[in-house]
Amino acid sequence: MGVLYALPLLWMFSTSLKPVEQVLADPPTLLPEPLGSVPRYAAENYIGRVGPDGVGDPRGVWTDPVVDFPLFLRNSLVVAILSVSGMVISSAIVAYGFARVRWRGRGAVFALVLATMMIPFPVLMGPMYVLFKEFGWIGTLRPLWVPAWFAGAFNVFLLRQFYLTIPRELDEAAYIDGCSHWGVFTRIILPLSRPALAVVALFHFIAVWNDFLGPLIFLQKQEHFTLALGLALYQSQAGNVPWNLLMAASTLVLAPVLILFVFAQRTFVEGIATQGLKE
Amino acid sequence: MSGAPPRAFAPRRRLPPGAVGLLFISPWLVGFLVFMLAPVLMSLYYSLSDYSVLEPPLWAGAENYTRLLHDPVFWKVLRNTAVYTLVVVPLSTVIAIAIACLLNTNIRWRAFWRAVVFLPSLMPLVAAAMVWMWIFNGELGLLNSSLDPVLGAVNGALGTDLRGPNWLGSPRWVMPSLILMSLWGIGNAVVIYLAALGDVPRSLYEAAAIDGVSALGRFRNVTLPMISPVVLFNVIIGVIGAWQVFAAPYVMLGSAGGPDRSGYFYTMYLYDNAFPYGKMGYASAMAWVQLVIVLALTGLTMVMSKRFVYYRGA
Repeated sequence: MGVLYALPLLWMFSTSLKPVEQVLADPPTLLPEPLGSVPRYAAENYIGRVGPDGVGDPRGVWTDPVVDFPLFLRNSLVVAILSVSGMVISSAIVAYGFARVRWRGRGAVFALVLATMMIPFPVLMGPMYVLFKEFGWIGTLRPLWVPAWFAGAFNVFLLRQFYLTIPRELDEAAYIDGCSHWGVFTRIILPLSRPALAVVALFHFIAVWNDFLGPLIFLQKQEHFTLALGLALYQSQAGNVPWNLLMAASTLVLAPVLILFVFAQRTFVEGIATQGLKE
Repeated sequence: MSGAPPRAFAPRRRLPPGAVGLLFISPWLVGFLVFMLAPVLMSLYYSLSDYSVLEPPLWAGAENYTRLLHDPVFWKVLRNTAVYTLVVVPLSTVIAIAIACLLNTNIRWRAFWRAVVFLPSLMPLVAAAMVWMWIFNGELGLLNSSLDPVLGAVNGALGTDLRGPNWLGSPRWVMPSLILMSLWGIGNAVVIYLAALGDVPRSLYEAAAIDGVSALGRFRNVTLPMISPVVLFNVIIGVIGAWQVFAAPYVMLGSAGGPDRSGYFYTMYLYDNAFPYGKMGYASAMAWVQLVIVLALTGLTMVMSKRFVYYRGA
């Protein structure tokens, strides 16, 4: 069973290391041959071939003239950094308002926050496009990150639950020292909430990195495309791109996620586990 | 030095608590009004208008909705999406629970296998779609190459002429292909189930074992009731997600949904109407129908679950 789950990824990676003749071999071979040439194949597929006279053959993911991979990577990183920082900061602030400040109507408003999680994005996307057009944001990256600065319902929920586990005595001690709510939030709650903030950042990063529909709707110029969208371009525009290059590009898009996963496996697993435990 | 002493157990006050609370939640409040409430209301208005984005909306009453009823493509995508949801959600629930139970035993390299099952669910859908297109490729794909020897043996024995289908190229096999691919991405649910399994008190299993309950009986009478709230959560998330399926079929099959529109789903048709066709009014009517369907499905799941879900201490 586990092998079945690993196979597609291994197949992707192994294909990305093959020269085009071997990709078309029938029956297909599992590994590139000979294995000693793998570094050369990899360099050709991922970077591009450099001839003896120093002139590069552009057929390689990084140097492909049709699909500008480095540019899309930059766009994806810009969107991810702006969106993740906005989501973490705004959700952390809003969650404090629901966890630590008493005010009339709090319960009802919090129920409304939870209810908004039910509304599917496709329902909103048309009017959002019209709105962003009014704002003059169509043709920029703004539609992909500005909304993140206004908190996400699930993240507010997650952080509020975490704040509630922090002992109130700490707040009270700070109040005695003359702290305001903002002081308690920045000096006590935030430093103690690092694990939960990491979960929010991690999952929002994955969501933004993988998002396809948002960029498809809101981005119009190719120079603004993110990686997820650019990858699809590979398939549609350059219809005759060989499979080994497609698999190399896919591997590169997956790479940051994979690296994060290796270093933060525990955060991932614990973060997901808490999702199922909500009432 | 006169007046009341400062209140020890409350924050220093400059503003009434209502104002403080409102200030803290103001980012969400603004976002809710601008990016949620406004679009929902706009969408309602557009759905009752003739609106192409280029010109201002013209009031059209219920026309978009009545046109939906007579649109064969609308019924096609509705049917495809319903079939997909009805197959994927139960199937992935059963498989995810089975894998979680396997991973919950003392197998070797448990953390490794958990990572293997979980990783595909983190993969960008577009990249996953690329990989699966290559696997489903009729001539050189991994799937048919693996099936070839098996089918060859069957053909040799029975004198038949079975061949691997052209998965994404034949109307009959598009849906099974997409379902197969979606089963690859259930790692998220598996991890949630694993956490739930870890929370089942050991004493219950021990008591059941002393009473001579079989392994299957323990699963039915201890495990399932104890994890049932989590099953409900995953089913609801699964229904909402399956109903929105978009990226994978869009990338793999193109916007028309493949041969005979066999892989054309609700969100794809909504997207096509709103953007390439510029029929924002019509798309908004679809959006509202979708909202009602998703809410109804969720409500239905909740009501049906009352009989099956067991809440500890409730």
